[in-house]
Amino acid sequence: MADIITKTPIWEKLGFRKASGVSEAGWGHTALAAIVSLIYFFPVLVIIITSFKLQTDALAVPAKLFPTSLFGLLPESMTFKPTLENFTSVFSRAFTNGGAVENTGFDRFFFNSLFIAGTSVLLALVIGTLAAFGFSRYPLKGNDTYLFIILTTRMLPAVVVIIPVMLMLRVVGLSGSYLGIILLYTAFNLPFTIWMMKSFFDELSPDVEDAARIDGSSDRRVFFKICLPQVLAGLAATFVFGIILTWNEFLFALLLSSVDTRTVPVAMSQAVSGGGIGVLWGLLAAIETLFLIPVFLVTFFMQNQLLRGVTFGTVKR
Amino acid sequence: MSTIELRKLTKAFGSFVAVRDADLSVSAGEVVCLLGPSGCGKTTMLRMIAGLERATAGDVIIGGKRMNELPADQRNIAMVFQFYALYPALTVGQNIAMPLHYEKLSPADSSARVKRVADILHLTTVLDRLPGQISEGEKQRVAVARAIVRDPNCFLFDEPLSRLDVELRHTMRSQIKEVLQGLSKATVIVTHDQLEALTMADRIAIMRDGSIEQVSTPHGVFARPANVFVASFIGTPQMNLFEADLKASAGGTADVTFGGAPLRLQTDPAVGRLAPASKVTIGVRPRGLTPVSLAAPDTITTAAELIEPMGAETLIHVRGPNKSDLRVVVPREKRVAIGEALHLRCDPRQTHVFDAQGQAVRT
Repeated sequence: MADIITKTPIWEKLGFRKASGVSEAGWGHTALAAIVSLIYFFPVLVIIITSFKLQTDALAVPAKLFPTSLFGLLPESMTFKPTLENFTSVFSRAFTNGGAVENTGFDRFFFNSLFIAGTSVLLALVIGTLAAFGFSRYPLKGNDTYLFIILTTRMLPAVVVIIPVMLMLRVVGLSGSYLGIILLYTAFNLPFTIWMMKSFFDELSPDVEDAARIDGSSDRRVFFKICLPQVLAGLAATFVFGIILTWNEFLFALLLSSVDTRTVPVAMSQAVSGGGIGVLWGLLAAIETLFLIPVFLVTFFMQNQLLRGVTFGTVKR
Repeated sequence: MSTIELRKLTKAFGSFVAVRDADLSVSAGEVVCLLGPSGCGKTTMLRMIAGLERATAGDVIIGGKRMNELPADQRNIAMVFQFYALYPALTVGQNIAMPLHYEKLSPADSSARVKRVADILHLTTVLDRLPGQISEGEKQRVAVARAIVRDPNCFLFDEPLSRLDVELRHTMRSQIKEVLQGLSKATVIVTHDQLEALTMADRIAIMRDGSIEQVSTPHGVFARPANVFVASFIGTPQMNLFEADLKASAGGTADVTFGGAPLRLQTDPAVGRLAPASKVTIGVRPRGLTPVSLAAPDTITTAAELIEPMGAETLIHVRGPNKSDLRVVVPREKRVAIGEALHLRCDPRQTHVFDAQGQAVRT
């Protein structure tokens, strides 16, 4: 009799339920997942914490990780006093000891980043969606070859193409202008937009479009009224990925923007290295924290669309 | 006039001919079913009528007007798709209103029209929902509603009931039939389900490998199949078809040898025209074979092999001469044991003779 009673294994008691079929994970797995994601999130956390530190705290070894002593629970050496000084000095600070407080121009740089990334991603989305629909519904002879060629433009490392691109922009007089960098980023986003949107259009049922045609719809009406509403999730996903790519882009921005059109990544690199007193870690972290916010917000508010976008077509219709 | 006429309609995809020289005419108010196994070209034919596929050769004439070059959006046709093809981003009401775009109605008129068909098809309660939020049966009705909301030249249905469960299929079949009867339009229904074709159609066009094999009434294709293919395709259980050698035939009586055994059959007098000693195929429906107590010149001697009760009747698989498999349907009361010898007599009205080319021999 006794051997019939199965013993609960120790790992199951700890919450690691044996994986079989579809069921909710146990506490053990959940905790493990939490720890792993914390490891991934740690660098971001350090940046955010550092942005509230004074330079002396930022340089302390071992790192001071806690902004409060938790009513004396933690020793002095592990805590720091949070300050907002770094955030104010992102936008204006005295560059020399005892000098006057000056505008750092970062308000402008943030505007530039938003404006350039937003415009170029939207532009790429409009052109890319139309192109993708064309590639999907009205294939050219050798359609795949065209699509491949479009993709190859993204295979080359940026450093390889940057010199010719720089020369081209200089010749046409767009170097350092908004138009120049926006066009460049649009071109930079297009291949990815076309490929992604094409895959969304390919997933749609052709019957629905046939039905719309029989119901008297012109090609334009089929596109706007029937197809586009079905790929909204795809548009959102493509938009977010485009924003993330463009927002973080550094190399092209470094070489092709002027003082007026400088984006945050470029400005950041210049702001922290200057001054001759080493890297201002607190300031750097503050810029980065601010820099994170827009992408975080976009991703956060679009996460449902994003998830539907990336899992599109993987579930049964 | 709402008519459809196809003349020598042909569609080739590269070297593959999907539809070959199809001739068909559908008059106003008539329902014609295109029936055939998968891949026989029936859907391609429908898509050519709709203008979704260009004909390689031949003419599509709708309402007396040649429409070969006209794109789908200018043909004024209503079509119900196999998977309904509802617009997923539009509500049921908007879906039904979509074809009204044709007629440039005012919003009030348009919603009145939508309401009217929604009433007919019992959809009034779901008009504000999205297609993803309604049941299969409702989706099907929305697809029909979308087709009948305006006054098209003709109606096309592509496997309209294939996605419904058996019970729903029955009700929808009669519902569609009822709706169509009130409209007096030429209607073409594509289906691979013979029961659907037999019950809904005024005439049935049976297709195989891109060609129309026979066009006739449901009764006609069943009782007078034009060839072996139609004979085997229509009717459940399938017609028994066996090869025999014709020895002599005169005045509606034919003597044949079936698997070495002589057999005398009552047939159509036209069989007398066939040359003696020619190969023929004999077709007898399972319900056209009757077991009799004694062997006679006009019976086939067989042995029961497998017995399948079907409720009202019993289907018996028997082994005939030359190891042939035959199917017999007998009334439920008739008890048969496995291995029992059965002497089968063919009902003369249900005995078909096909010549060596597989064509029916009939007056």
